[in-house]
Amino acid sequence: MSVYLAIFIGGALGASGRFMISIWIEEASVFPYETLLVNLIGCFLLTYLSTHPTFMKGIPSSIKIGITTGIIGAFTTFSTFSTETVQLWMDTSQTLAILYVVSSLAGGLVLSWLGFFTANNWKGHAK
Amino acid sequence: MMFAYVAIGGGVGALARFLVSEVGNPKGSLPYGTWLANILGSLLLGGLVVLRTKHVLPESIWQLAGVGFCGAFTTFSTFGKETITLLQTNQFKEAIIYIASSLFLSISLVWMTFVLFM
Repeated sequence: MSVYLAIFIGGALGASGRFMISIWIEEASVFPYETLLVNLIGCFLLTYLSTHPTFMKGIPSSIKIGITTGIIGAFTTFSTFSTETVQLWMDTSQTLAILYVVSSLAGGLVLSWLGFFTANNWKGHAK
Repeated sequence: MMFAYVAIGGGVGALARFLVSEVGNPKGSLPYGTWLANILGSLLLGGLVVLRTKHVLPESIWQLAGVGFCGAFTTFSTFGKETITLLQTNQFKEAIIYIASSLFLSISLVWMTFVLFM
């Protein structure tokens, strides 16, 4: 499959998944839990899948890019994160805005690292 | 229909991010492609939020361009992965610059858009 087609289909799936979760969690709170959730899940999955030594072995590279760059890349979002931060700051609470940035950033980096770590060290994989 | 708009926008957004990062993410330096996509996508979404708040943006365009395209053109997972990669290769200064400039530029551009046009 063409890599462009794989990324298009992956992006469509990832964005739809993010949209579904946002409909599901919507209105529950002023705090954007839905974006935080998709970003944290995506951070773990991306490093796990893209650095695991055997998990995606044998899958054509266009499909791999469709999954990582397409599905997971589009499932997570930076633009919604930054606009929600400014909306929280201006409309709701500056404390919540700072909390949102800190939890997204710290959580995202920890889960990115954890995805890498579990993919490479879990069963004593020397790497 | 909502899902069709989000899906098409998402597919185009992911493809656009891939093309930008093909050009802008050379190995061994800062991932400028993702950096640029995240900042430009934030600015565009900020503008769309202003239009939506003023009730001049049809919901279909919001789902296509805002939720779909901007959401998928920008990415948090790749941002996280690239930061971890910089840290693992001992590029601490680059990692801090990457995080700080992504956050500062995207948030301040959205803030300026809101202040000027809301």
